[in-house]
Amino acid sequence: MKELSVENLHVTIGGQQIVRGLTLRVPRGEVHALMGPNGSGKSTLAKVLAGHPDYEVTKGKVLMDGENLLELDPDERARCGLFMAFQYPSEVPGVTIANFLRAAIQSRLPEGEELEATDYYAKLYEKMELLRMDRSFTSRAVNEGFSGGEKKRTEILQLAMLEPKYAILDETDSGLDIDALKTVAHGVNSLRGPDLGVLLITHYQRLLNYIVPDYVHVMVAGRIVRSGRKELALELEERGYDWAREERAEPALR
Amino acid sequence: MKTETKAVDINRSIGDFAYPEVHVRDAGAGLSEKTIHYISDVKEDPDWVREFRLRGLKTFLEKPLPTHWASKDLEAIDFDKIRYYLSPGTTAKRSWDEVPEDIKRTFERLGIPEQERKFLAGVEAQFDSEAVYSNIKKAVGEQGVIFVGSTEGLKNHPEIFRKWFGKVIPIGDNKFSALNSAVFSGGSFIYVPPGVKVKHPLQAYFRINAENFGQFERTLIIADEGSEVTYMEGCTAPKFNTTTLHSAVVELIALKGAKIQYITVQNWSSNVFNLVTKRGLAHEDAEIKWIDCNIGSRLTMKYPGVIMKGRKARGEVLSIALANDGQHQDTGAKMIHAADETTSNIISKSISIGKGRATYRGLVHVPKHLKNCKNNTECDALLINSTSRTDTYPAITVRGTGNAVQHEASVSQVSAEQIFYMQQRGLTKAQAMSLSVNGFVNDLVRQFPMEYSVELKRLIELEMEGSVG
Repeated sequence: MKELSVENLHVTIGGQQIVRGLTLRVPRGEVHALMGPNGSGKSTLAKVLAGHPDYEVTKGKVLMDGENLLELDPDERARCGLFMAFQYPSEVPGVTIANFLRAAIQSRLPEGEELEATDYYAKLYEKMELLRMDRSFTSRAVNEGFSGGEKKRTEILQLAMLEPKYAILDETDSGLDIDALKTVAHGVNSLRGPDLGVLLITHYQRLLNYIVPDYVHVMVAGRIVRSGRKELALELEERGYDWAREERAEPALR
Repeated sequence: MKTETKAVDINRSIGDFAYPEVHVRDAGAGLSEKTIHYISDVKEDPDWVREFRLRGLKTFLEKPLPTHWASKDLEAIDFDKIRYYLSPGTTAKRSWDEVPEDIKRTFERLGIPEQERKFLAGVEAQFDSEAVYSNIKKAVGEQGVIFVGSTEGLKNHPEIFRKWFGKVIPIGDNKFSALNSAVFSGGSFIYVPPGVKVKHPLQAYFRINAENFGQFERTLIIADEGSEVTYMEGCTAPKFNTTTLHSAVVELIALKGAKIQYITVQNWSSNVFNLVTKRGLAHEDAEIKWIDCNIGSRLTMKYPGVIMKGRKARGEVLSIALANDGQHQDTGAKMIHAADETTSNIISKSISIGKGRATYRGLVHVPKHLKNCKNNTECDALLINSTSRTDTYPAITVRGTGNAVQHEASVSQVSAEQIFYMQQRGLTKAQAMSLSVNGFVNDLVRQFPMEYSVELKRLIELEMEGSVG
């Protein structure tokens, strides 16, 4: 089965449990939104899927197209086709976007094979145009002195260049004004298709007006409490997370 | 596989090998007047050189180790166990075919003859104490450029040699310049006639093959009025369990309007004490630029300097030091302004990995009576691990008014989040580290000649692979 599947996942950091029995399936070709209040564990989930070393998985499984992700290092997961757009992307001082992406693509090639420079730049410029980024960007150091909007666009540029099988977008809308949001959404929408599964993590319904999800999941206190079609997001917007919390109170008492 | 231009191939995995010794001349272990006479006899030194050596010995024995400011690790050098002169007893050849087979094999493994054909104007190869090969392209030689080993320079060009030798760095400059003055052998002698611009670099390659050995090359470069030359040196040694000492003295003289660029990429193995004195004298409107890359060694102490003696002279030191586990890179620069309108620039970048330690020592001196002198100093340190260490000791003396000095220093660290971010894009931890380090040195490396920046990048990658692995 071509899907990113999370089964009964339990995660702790520093002895504190953050994710408590989360189950989620994102098939290739679909966009799933994951919504939830602050502190519900959304970003933790994203980092755990990417393999952040600070978190400990105490129980559960994560499979990507049937392969056990939890056994792989972060870079192996990435090369297998998992991408995460960071909520707070790191700076990489002195390393230009062009060189960084080139190294990232090169790392996916078999040993001894060299990336063809002209093809690479042609593709890079094409994707930058899509995201309305100026070409001079390529010679700027990754995220160094970038505005919030520039950082997020750079994340989406990397997504476009690395062509993963699954992408997790962690609060990609945070800190964006409406124009930047539209540009980023346009970028993501243009990458949608049968070969890409997307897990779109967001706090607000606003983003979902521009990237319309196939499914919506609501996460509260470390697990999914409701799942539904895109209308769920609107209902949630109207009734608030308290409503979702109440909904989950019953099964939790069992 | 794509073939790439290789500069001095000082890849440690290539450099770490040794062939059985082939020395006919061996001064034996320990240092005494007898050692000096042995060396002078073998080399057929003129009397003034023999006397120079004896004065060097006396000064060396009198001077204490500089442990009141430098590393106590210097005390680990056992001067009685070191062999001060080893040579195969042959003169430097002009053709690789004539170089003794087992020595030639060493340089072939290091890729030297191949690089000579590719992009160099001349090559000298030193094996332990003496040059075994030296040659310059015919066209360069015809312009009057001299490029030979110091032994040969002393013998065949005494009138130029004696005039400048020991003038920039006197015997008693420091304990190790005194030691070098006593037992020096090998190194390059270069003279570029007025107005001659040597287009391609001249390169020397210093190889230590023997155990318990000290290499004391002495290099003297004179660029006559309006001439230009680039010199590059590479150094390697196999890894022995015993200590090896490398203590060179390098003197540069740039006469009016001349330009000298001196590039070092050393990759000593971790048993080498590398204690080198390098200084240049820049006359009016002349320019001396040191590009100094220090990788490897147990302890390196090296502070290339420029004395700006003439009006509008310029001095520059661009240095990169990489200190891995068990290594201490104590490096920096000295800029002595001795005329009006002189300008100097120091950019130093150090990287400390594991328990590695990098120290920057800088000296900028502008005396009271001078006008319109400028210095810019930037030193940046990058720490890879929480156990890594860096120290900065800048000493800037500027007297009088009308001079401008600027000093900037920074310390940064590669964060775990940065590495995770890079790993998430597919880079291994080692690749992420080496890309971060390359990013850190990038703006500086861009100023290096192409062949060297490629080489340096590769060396950094190797270091990082070994340290993360």
